[in-house]
Amino acid sequence: MRELAILLVFLVMIGVTQAGNSAFLSQQGIKDLLLNATILVLVATGQALVVITRNVDLSVGSTLGITAFAAGIHLQGGGHPVAGVALAVLLGIGFGLLNGLLVSLGQVPALVVTLGTLYIIRGIDSIWVGSRQITAADLPGGFVDFGSGGISAVPHLALIALAVLVATAYYLKHYGSGRELYALGSNPEAARLAGIPVRRRILAAYTFCGALTGLAGALYLARFGNVDSGTGSGYELTVVSAVVVGGVVFTGGSGSVYGAALGALLLTSVNSVLPALGVSSVWVLAINGVLLILAIAVDRIVALRVASALKKRNARHA
Amino acid sequence: MTHPSDTGPAPVLALKGVSKSFGAVRALRDVSLELFPGEVHALAGENGAGKSTLIKTLAGVHRPDTGQVLLDGAPVAFPGPGDARDAGIAVIYQEPTLFPDLSIAENIFMGRRPRRGLGRIDHRATRAATTALMRRLGVGLDPDRPARGLSIADQQIVEIAKALSFDARVLIMDEPTAALTGTEVARLFGVVRTLRDQGAAVLFISHRLEEIFELCTRVTTLRDGTRIASEPLAGLTEDDLVRRMVGRDLDELYPKQEVRPGEVALSVRRLTREGVFTDVSFEVRRGEIVGLAGLVGAGRTEVARAVFGVDRWDAGEVEVDGRPLTNGAPSTAMAAGLALVPEDRRAQGLVMNMSIERNIGLTGLGSTVRGGLMDRGAERSRSLDWAVRLQVKYARIADTVNTLSGGNQQKVVLAKWLATGPKVLIVDEPTRGIDVGTKAEVHRLLSRLAADGVAVLMISSDLPEILGMADRVLVMHEGRLTAEIPRPDATEETVMAAATGRAAA
Repeated sequence: MRELAILLVFLVMIGVTQAGNSAFLSQQGIKDLLLNATILVLVATGQALVVITRNVDLSVGSTLGITAFAAGIHLQGGGHPVAGVALAVLLGIGFGLLNGLLVSLGQVPALVVTLGTLYIIRGIDSIWVGSRQITAADLPGGFVDFGSGGISAVPHLALIALAVLVATAYYLKHYGSGRELYALGSNPEAARLAGIPVRRRILAAYTFCGALTGLAGALYLARFGNVDSGTGSGYELTVVSAVVVGGVVFTGGSGSVYGAALGALLLTSVNSVLPALGVSSVWVLAINGVLLILAIAVDRIVALRVASALKKRNARHA
Repeated sequence: MTHPSDTGPAPVLALKGVSKSFGAVRALRDVSLELFPGEVHALAGENGAGKSTLIKTLAGVHRPDTGQVLLDGAPVAFPGPGDARDAGIAVIYQEPTLFPDLSIAENIFMGRRPRRGLGRIDHRATRAATTALMRRLGVGLDPDRPARGLSIADQQIVEIAKALSFDARVLIMDEPTAALTGTEVARLFGVVRTLRDQGAAVLFISHRLEEIFELCTRVTTLRDGTRIASEPLAGLTEDDLVRRMVGRDLDELYPKQEVRPGEVALSVRRLTREGVFTDVSFEVRRGEIVGLAGLVGAGRTEVARAVFGVDRWDAGEVEVDGRPLTNGAPSTAMAAGLALVPEDRRAQGLVMNMSIERNIGLTGLGSTVRGGLMDRGAERSRSLDWAVRLQVKYARIADTVNTLSGGNQQKVVLAKWLATGPKVLIVDEPTRGIDVGTKAEVHRLLSRLAADGVAVLMISSDLPEILGMADRVLVMHEGRLTAEIPRPDATEETVMAAATGRAAA
C-alpha cells in the first residue's frame, strides 16, 4: 500500500541520517522535524480533498501568506490569539468559497481558476502588506512560545495538525458526503447521474481547503513569527508535490489524507536531512523533483500491472 | 393503440402526448407510451429516432415541453434523475456509469448507505446488503472489489443490482447487449425474466431484432420522433418491424455478392503473443470476406492489433502479398496496404473534437502534405469525396465528429481507411451500436469492396452478421483458432460450439 511505502522510505531516510549524524534525532531535532512538517501537513490535507474531487487549488500559497499577515496584524494591534486564529481561518474560508464558486459554477478548469486567484490574492496581499513586515517582537510572547513549544518532543502545533488530520480522515471514510467526494473524482458524470449534489460538494472541498490553509497561516505565524508580502510564494508547488507523492492521484477518486500527510512529512524532512548529512540545501529542490517523478512513475506502473492482471482475470472467466 | 388487456393491471409508467425539442431539433413529437408491470416492452427505432430522448424523459433527466409523464396514473414532474430513481424508475445505460476507484458495494449504495450512530456509514451492513443482491441475481462478485477492470457484462450486473437496491419498479435498459456475447446475453435475459416475474415493468431497447422477439411481448416503434405503433410482437415479422422503423422496405440486411476469391492477400502463420493468443494461422484472399467469431476475451481483437502492428508479437509471421511485415510497425502495415477499423471507434478510430474533414484526412497526410505544409484544398476534396461516397450524413464537413450519430461516425472511420485504397481491410465489430439502416449500408459497402478485390477480415460478436456476410468463418477460443468453417457449413450451432471450445479443433 502506498502509505506504508512512503512511511518506509521516510523511516529509512531518518535511519540513514541518524547513522550518519548521531545528533540528528535529539529532542530538539525531532521537534524541529515535526514543526517544519506541520504547516505542510495541514495545507496538504486540505489540498488532498480538492484533488480527490479531480480539481486543484493553486492559490493556497497566496492564501497562506495573506491569512498569516491578517492574524499578525490583529495580534500586533493587541488582539487575542484565539481571535487571530479565527480571523485567519475565516479569511481562508472566504477565499475557499471564492475558488469553489468559480470552479463549480463557472465550468472553467480548476487549474485556470485557481491560477487566477493565486495572482489576485497575492496582489491583494502585496498591496495590503506593502513594505511592512510582522516580526516575532510584534507578537504576544505567549503566542510565540506556544508556537515553538510542545510536550517533550511533540510540538503543540503538530498535535493540532494531527487532530485535524485524523478528524478529516475519519470523515472521509465514514460519512456519505466524504465518500461522495471520491465518487465525484472517480467519475464526475456518474456522480451527476447518481444524484450527488456536485456543486455543493466541490464548494465544500474548496472551502475546507481554504479553512485549513487559513489555520496553517495562523500556525505559520506562531512558528516563524515572520510575515511579509512574499510569505507563501511558491508554496503551492510544494503542496501539490506532497499530495502527489502521497498517492492522491490527479485524476481524482483515490488516495487518502494520511498519504498526503506522509508525503508532506517526507518532503519537509528532506529539508532537515540534508544539512544533517552535510549536503548543501540547494539539493532540496532537485530531490523533491526526483521524489515527485518517482511517485508518478510508480503510480503508472502499478496501474498498468493491475489493469493487465484484471484483464487476464476477466478473459479467463469469459 | 392496442392494450394488452383493458381489465389488466394499470400502467405503472406512461407518457401522454409528450413533445420535446432542443433548439430547432424536435426530438419527440406527441409520443405516448404505456409500461405495464410484469411485462418486457421493446422500444425500437433507428438512431436519431428519439429513443434516447424518450428514455431520458422517463428517467427525469429531461422535462417534456408538452404532455405528461404519469406514474401510477398520476402526473409527475421529476426535478432530476435522482427523484425519478427514488420513485422506482431505474435506467441501465449502454455505457455503465460506475465509479472505477470505489468498491462494488459503494457503487451500488452511493448516497444511500445504511447508517449507524452519529450519521456514520455502516460498512458491514452495506457489504451484507450487496452480497444479498448478488445472490438474488445469481452472480458472485466480491463487494469490496473496486469497479475498475470489471468486464462490461459484470458492470451491467452491478448496475442492475443498483436498480434493485432502489426497489425499482420500472427498469429501462438502453442497448444492454451491445457489448455482450451469447452466454452473457443469456445470463442477462435470465436476470430480466426473473425481475419481470417479480412484477417489474421493463423497457428494453436493442438494435438486435432477434433479441426483441426473444425477450419482449410488446413493441413501440419510433421514427423521427413520432410513435409509429405500439403493438404485440406475436404476429409480427422482423421485416414488419424493420419497415416500421425505416419507413420503407429494406433490402436484405446482409447483401452478399458472390465473388470468386483470388490470390492470397494476407497470410498469418503461427502468430503468438505470450498469454494472449497462440499459434494462430490463417489466410485471407482477395474478394473474400472472412469472419472471425468467438466469445469476448477469445483474443480476436488482439490478433488484429498484432497483425496491423499496434502490438508486438512474440513468434510467427505476417505477410501481405507475399512480403513479410515488420513486427510492431503499423506504418509498414499501412504501406503494404493494410487497414484496421478498430473496435472502439470513439477512443481508437476518431479524434472526437476534430472535424470530419480532418479525421478522414488523417490517413492521407502523405499525399496532402507538400514541403511540410498542409494542402488544405487537397485534404478537403479527398475527404469530401469519400464522405459523399459513403453517404455520411452531416451538416458541414467542418463539423466535429462528436456531433454525428454512431452509424455516421463509423462511416467516417471507414472513409478514413478506404481513402488509403487498402488491399486488406480488417474491421472489428463494424456495426456495433449502429441502427438497422446504416448497418445494411455498411454491409453493402463491405460486399462491394470484396467484389472489387479487397480482402476483408471481419471480427464480429453478432452471429447473424457473421453468418450472413462471411465466406469462411474462423473461430477463436481462449487464444487459439479452434475452427475454420466454410459458408455452407456455418450455422449458429457449429460456430458457437467452436467458440465455447466444445468442438474438436
